[in-house]
Amino acid sequence: MSRKLLLKNDHIQGINTLKTYKENGGYSVLEKALKGMSPDAIVEEVKKSGLRGRGGAGFPTGMKWSFLAKPEGVPRYLVCNADESEPGTFKDRYLMERIPHLLVEGMILSSFALGANTSYIYIRGEYFYVSRILEQAIEEAYQAGYLGKNILGTGFDLDLYVQVGAGAYICGEETALLESLEGKRGNPRIKPPFPAVAGLYGCPTVVNNVETIAAVVPIIEMGGDEYAKIGIGKSTGTKLISASGHINKPGVYEIELGLPVEEFIFSEEWCGGIKGGRKLKAVVAGGSSVPILPADLILKTANGEPRLMSYESLGEGGFVTGTMLGSGGFIVMDEDTSIVKNLYTFSRFYHHESCGQCSPCREGTGWMERILKKILDGRGSLADIDLLWDIQSKIEGKTICPLGEAAAWPVAAAIRHFRPEFEAYVTNPDSIKDIKHYYRLKN
Amino acid sequence: MTNSQDIQFSTEAMEKVRKIISRYPTGKHKSALIPILHIAQAEFGGWLSSQTMDYVASILEIQPIEVYEVASFYSMFNLQPVGNCLIEVCRTSSCWLCGAEDIIDHIENKLGITVGETTPDGMFTLKAVECLGSCGTAPMMQVGADYHENLTIEKVDNLLDQFKTDNKKSRYC
Repeated sequence: MSRKLLLKNDHIQGINTLKTYKENGGYSVLEKALKGMSPDAIVEEVKKSGLRGRGGAGFPTGMKWSFLAKPEGVPRYLVCNADESEPGTFKDRYLMERIPHLLVEGMILSSFALGANTSYIYIRGEYFYVSRILEQAIEEAYQAGYLGKNILGTGFDLDLYVQVGAGAYICGEETALLESLEGKRGNPRIKPPFPAVAGLYGCPTVVNNVETIAAVVPIIEMGGDEYAKIGIGKSTGTKLISASGHINKPGVYEIELGLPVEEFIFSEEWCGGIKGGRKLKAVVAGGSSVPILPADLILKTANGEPRLMSYESLGEGGFVTGTMLGSGGFIVMDEDTSIVKNLYTFSRFYHHESCGQCSPCREGTGWMERILKKILDGRGSLADIDLLWDIQSKIEGKTICPLGEAAAWPVAAAIRHFRPEFEAYVTNPDSIKDIKHYYRLKN
Repeated sequence: MTNSQDIQFSTEAMEKVRKIISRYPTGKHKSALIPILHIAQAEFGGWLSSQTMDYVASILEIQPIEVYEVASFYSMFNLQPVGNCLIEVCRTSSCWLCGAEDIIDHIENKLGITVGETTPDGMFTLKAVECLGSCGTAPMMQVGADYHENLTIEKVDNLLDQFKTDNKKSRYC
């Protein structure tokens, strides 16, 4: 069995309640830290742990925390990004629904470390029922004296609120999230200034993903050095993977970083292999925006090394032959899958979710969606494939926020690795008649 | 011209609104806009008319345009009337791979409407939506706050019958 830090108690009945959470060791780390550690010592442990942002970007959390400006007399904020919207990703939902107090404990610990006295959990509006679970947990924490004034007699005050969004993928981008939290459209801000200097209400702010904040609890429990021993190289610790698509056992898995991809897909402990005993065709390993890889390249790097579930190994080969760990949204496709149709669902998604602020993204996402529809409908030409390539290359790097890249990369990777399939759609549809672009429920 | 004086939150809803406004620092009450719009949508028929939006603007003492531009940005806010029971079926990648189109086709046939339409009796509106974070339990649909997952044709049939019997309203606040 693999080591579990975040989901070690997720199977326990009633773990969503404060009582059961405490009976299983919950809030003991918080008590230890608040009474015996300085805020800086907590930041130091997080730095030593090598924890990297679990929302997708993988930026070292301790470093992000150390950038937080601390001007006298100005409030600082911690905002938890629970706007989980990257297609293929559902790990934060699982964590919040099952063990809400782990996030609450992590929020209190992290707010203490950062010197924030007001913190928000911004959760996507569609997770409304999860927001109720969090609010219930927060209420319990207030009653137990873990939130509010003079927490555990330490003189530290913290108010924690849940803010519900209203349906916008872009609000997962941290500056768009802050705009939304201020009651505005989710238009990303131009950086700099970064939120660490001017974030919520113009004050220094740290925005961290749910899983990142939850991971602070085991890090403080075991110490940063011990945490850093788990995993592989600069990919330390454990990661929640959301596994979906054509696998026998979809779900949320906590893995030690460094697990071979092949084992993750085919072992009974994890995904349990491809549904119906069919062959693996492709995987989107880290949420919709990361490059799709064909079976051979997801199982082994171009050098023939086994591909591992880590930031470095998945990135091996750059975008030519590699991909990214991203959010850990692991979508598996069997041998019959139409890569073109899957890409169309992604491009339709990004078109729908573009905030419209930057022309290359606003116009380009719609254009790509329409071309893909044309190709799927049998009205495409070879020139359209080149045009798709051209458009994506002109979005990438030319927008305020990374939604441009997120929309461009899947298109580039699908063409890069599956160009013959695109060509077959426009020149010889008969040759791909067995490829599915419509899935029956029982397949 | 709309007259926002004609509508008013119930005492209970107004209490919620006041509580939400108190979460933010003084002068930052505009942060309450999105949570209040959710309540307004639930209170006033499942959608946001310009009258409703003007009313919310008056509560927060902001310009109506500040409400319109927000309401029109977020996909959960309906700017047109919808049926009592809004059915939202996810269609993005993982759900598509697991048969979401079959679910959508079946609901269309059963209700006699296409995506985006409302049944003539005003009971159901069908929407196809983008990823709702239910990829491991695909295919799925959301009705109000509820996630209905691992859908099959039989499950959908039972749910639709149940909604009809209960005169289900897809309000979530």
